[in-house]
Amino acid sequence: MTGRVTPRALTREFLEQLSGEKSEPAWMRAHRQRCLAVFEGLRMPRFGPDLSSLDFADLAYYARPVEPVKRWEDLPDEIRGTFQALRLPEAEQRALAGLGAQVDSEVVYRSMLDEVRAQEVIFTSMDTAVREHPWVQDYFMKAIPPEDNKFAALHGAVWSGGTFIWIPAGVEVTVPLQAYYRMQTEAVGQFEHTLIVAEPGSSVHYIEGCSAPRHSRAALHSGMVEIFAKEGAKVRFTTVQNWSKNVYNLNNKRALAHAGAAVDWVSGSLGSKVTMLYPTTVLLGPGARTENLAFTFAQEGMWLDSGARALHRAPETTSRLISRSVVQGSGKSVFRGTVHVSPLAKGSKAHVECSTLLLTPDAKTETIPILNAETDDVELGHEATVGRVSQDQLFYLMSRGLSQAQAMSLIVNGFVSPILKEIPLEYSIELRGLLEMSFEKAIG
Amino acid sequence: MSGKPILQGVDLALEPGRIHALMGPNGSGKSTLALSLAGQPGFAVTRGRASLDGEDILALAPHERARRGMFLAFQYPPEIEGVALKEFLRLACGERGQGFCEFHKSYPQAINQLRMEAFDGRELNVGFSGGEKKRAELLQLYLLRPKVALLDEPDSGVDVDALRLIASAIRDLALGGAAVLIITHYPRILEHVPPSDVFVLDEGRIVERGGPELADRIGEDGFEAVRR
Repeated sequence: MTGRVTPRALTREFLEQLSGEKSEPAWMRAHRQRCLAVFEGLRMPRFGPDLSSLDFADLAYYARPVEPVKRWEDLPDEIRGTFQALRLPEAEQRALAGLGAQVDSEVVYRSMLDEVRAQEVIFTSMDTAVREHPWVQDYFMKAIPPEDNKFAALHGAVWSGGTFIWIPAGVEVTVPLQAYYRMQTEAVGQFEHTLIVAEPGSSVHYIEGCSAPRHSRAALHSGMVEIFAKEGAKVRFTTVQNWSKNVYNLNNKRALAHAGAAVDWVSGSLGSKVTMLYPTTVLLGPGARTENLAFTFAQEGMWLDSGARALHRAPETTSRLISRSVVQGSGKSVFRGTVHVSPLAKGSKAHVECSTLLLTPDAKTETIPILNAETDDVELGHEATVGRVSQDQLFYLMSRGLSQAQAMSLIVNGFVSPILKEIPLEYSIELRGLLEMSFEKAIG
Repeated sequence: MSGKPILQGVDLALEPGRIHALMGPNGSGKSTLALSLAGQPGFAVTRGRASLDGEDILALAPHERARRGMFLAFQYPPEIEGVALKEFLRLACGERGQGFCEFHKSYPQAINQLRMEAFDGRELNVGFSGGEKKRAELLQLYLLRPKVALLDEPDSGVDVDALRLIASAIRDLALGGAAVLIITHYPRILEHVPPSDVFVLDEGRIVERGGPELADRIGEDGFEAVRR
């Protein structure tokens, strides 16, 4: 499957061909076929955004417009220009322990610092990991089985590319590892799989960035992230997505946190036509904790349906789910914060907080908290606020010499700052820039 | 708003380097006058004019008035979450034409002068007590160096020590050439900052004007003394 292969029919034969081209072991061939059968038997999600204009018969399930290279210079001009504009080579030099870049279905570039390689960290493409490390099958789609939902099943059938990270016990990777996902081809589906296994006492920070040029036909991004944080491991997973407004961004992300482990999800969602994203942490061992910090910016015509789930399954576990949303134009943001505390999880604490700032009269928002505790010995907290930019605040700042656009941007930046300060600088600068640009457009 | 006329018959001039006081009972229209001059969009000026250095300011947006040297110290400054006081000041000073280096010299000086070391690193007015808000307003005033400073109840909610600091900062401001208008319904602050001109506002009109002795009279006999 070299060059541009873009089948639009989702068949057993296509999956067989995909497995063949990727030289996959038997377990993965069987896995793909099983997932397709599950996909065909499952219904579309019966909540959230309208997905009726997403046509499964009009998607390229595999596209490989660019061949993998060893050096940035060898990439075709258009792609290289894009990555340069995103300052990836610069970030690689300055601030990263390793970097992968994927275009459509395949990883086209990958690098890792020698120091990190010397720590015996594995940082490779998911395809390579499946071929080279048979034990990967003990983890692959074990946190999120295909039966979980239709898009998990679809992903399991057609997944391609993505990242595999293994951190040996006790190893701390002090500088972030990063992957960048670019959807290039029109009406493409991108299904990268990210699997992170952090052995006891290890720590890692992984960052993913996403973007796509604007096409008229709908494209689908349906990635999956599975994190296995073993005893005392620390994993931070940061995502910044700026998909174009023809992209359906329907992802599955789940972490299993063992005793004393900490898993943090940090996300900035600025793009896509529709997003459905509910990173979940299952707190499996005593003392495990999780934090979910989400910033969403829903603009004209977008529906960002996001949330976070914390499932407390062991004593003394802690979760904090915090969201800040800004909504503009006819955009809509929905936050679903779900906390479930099982009878075993005595002495646990959970806090859900969702604040929304509406910039325009048509902007819509909804907060749907579901807090359910099956033990009394638990501390649950929930806060939700919805507000508009106050005229008093605007006038106050303007009376100090700031223009309306400056004042607005200061207020909105202030509102989202509790989340943005958790996002690595390179991205938060980009996010603030994008915020400012859209205010200038809105205010004129 | 309700469309009710609040001010009618206000005629006053503020001179550079002088301290003026606008006194009047609660509800007489003092804050409305200050907010209208600063350009609060909730108030419509239907008649009359206001000028700064000969330029009509009523047609200007609030930030354009500020950039020409108007400043209003708010009676109730709003809290703005996530915005660092210092960052905000740097931005505002930039709009008043002060360079980056200049700000980085003047900021610590002002913080020191107003004994506001504890404010460094805080968010704009967030969680400030009433008195702290007044001092933060003064810090802004100090750094922005306006030509005209309208101070709406600068002493409400402040303790005696802070009052002294505020008073001395206001005197400095006038010495530096600013036209200062202190708005108050209570003469306490005027004992610390003696005004050269006093105006009394009642039911939207200037009903009396005079020198410092007018403030003393009101201090002794109340506003009844000047009502006709």
